[in-house]
Amino acid sequence: MLEAYRLECTRGDRTLFRGLSFSVAPAQLLHLAGANGAGKTSLLRILCGLLLPAHGEVRWGGRPIAAMREEYAAQLLYIGHANALKDELTALENLEIGGTLAGRRCTRDAAFDALEELGVGRCAHLPIRALSQGQRRRVSLARLALGGTGSREGDGKNGAALWILDEPFAALDTAAVAHLENLIASHVTAGGMVVLTTHQPLAVTAVTMLRIELDIDMDARR
Amino acid sequence: MSPFACIVRRDLLLAFRRRSDVFNTLVFFIIVVSLFPLGVGPEPNQLRAMAPGVIWVAALLASMLALNRLFAADFADGTLEQMALSPEPLFLLVIAKVVAHWLVAGLPLVLIAPVLGIQFDMPADAIMVMAASLVLGTPVLSLIGAVGAALTLGVRGGGVLVALLVLPLYVPVLVFGAGAVVASGAGLSAQAHLLLIGASLALSLVLSPWATAMALRISLD
Repeated sequence: MLEAYRLECTRGDRTLFRGLSFSVAPAQLLHLAGANGAGKTSLLRILCGLLLPAHGEVRWGGRPIAAMREEYAAQLLYIGHANALKDELTALENLEIGGTLAGRRCTRDAAFDALEELGVGRCAHLPIRALSQGQRRRVSLARLALGGTGSREGDGKNGAALWILDEPFAALDTAAVAHLENLIASHVTAGGMVVLTTHQPLAVTAVTMLRIELDIDMDARR
Repeated sequence: MSPFACIVRRDLLLAFRRRSDVFNTLVFFIIVVSLFPLGVGPEPNQLRAMAPGVIWVAALLASMLALNRLFAADFADGTLEQMALSPEPLFLLVIAKVVAHWLVAGLPLVLIAPVLGIQFDMPADAIMVMAASLVLGTPVLSLIGAVGAALTLGVRGGGVLVALLVLPLYVPVLVFGAGAVVASGAGLSAQAHLLLIGASLALSLVLSPWATAMALRISLD
């Protein structure tokens, strides 16, 4: 269970939000909406623990994440704006490294299957430099398919319980969007949690969906 | 593969695929060291006397040049965020990055330095001592430099700032490193100097990854 307790975020001298509390239980999806600059990415980074809130705290299983950094990190999969891919490495190498960094036992076959699942299996041995923007995004998102929902039961080390996705649908074509929605839906149905931002209407069915709209003209703005 | 080995391997692979960066450091080192005899004149005694200082200063500047490559690319493409969010402690990943950085930017200098020493007509035992002082000293430069590089991540004009931050900490290494070679040239034992460099290596190996990890978290905030 992920809880945000009275979060306040200030960037520069601007308060983006204040007193923001919510919780995400297993098998729930939280959709963060709001205009550009409303603080969606900042909120996601706070939920990851990359950014410290000015006030309040984020709790995982009732404990503040600041006190359990590595333990929380093992439960978390964050895909940010940046793809975290290296231009000089191939898609397969990038995915293997990403998986290993996230603490998974990542074999070459598992990485290849994940790329295949996202429809970029053909590009597995091409350097990222040679891929289009959408293909890069797919390679980055293949980390979701890597030991994701399927292998989660039984082994807590494999697969993350909480996905935090920043604009996952950006640059994707319609087929990939539909596929990603399926991936998210099956993760949530299997008892996972997802927090994501997107400007597109979400068509994830059969899933408890929460929605928070961050307002840029909130009175909290100074 | 453990995350530590994975990062070392990845950084070496990246360096291999971007070879020009590696050669930049090495070529800079060779050029600076080779220009001195041309500028100062071919007086052998003078060259022999200044060789340790010249080679050490050039090694120091060359490794400082390579510093901004340490975290900048990972910061720009988001990999650094993933490292900060890894279940592996960040300071371990920092050590992995510094190890890879030293293998790419420090080790070549250590290997080429004896050749450059011959160019200055240094006696064989002085060359041995110089190589030993560089083997112990250049990792210290990389470790200390990592703190500076992490602190100035994403700062415009970071290059100058890194120099200002790390140079004062580099000075002791330079003094002991060049001092070791001078001492052996004067017929004294270089052991004391080498031990002091070894001590600073041990100290920076403990403190610098931890400080670097803290600095990275601040830079990512």
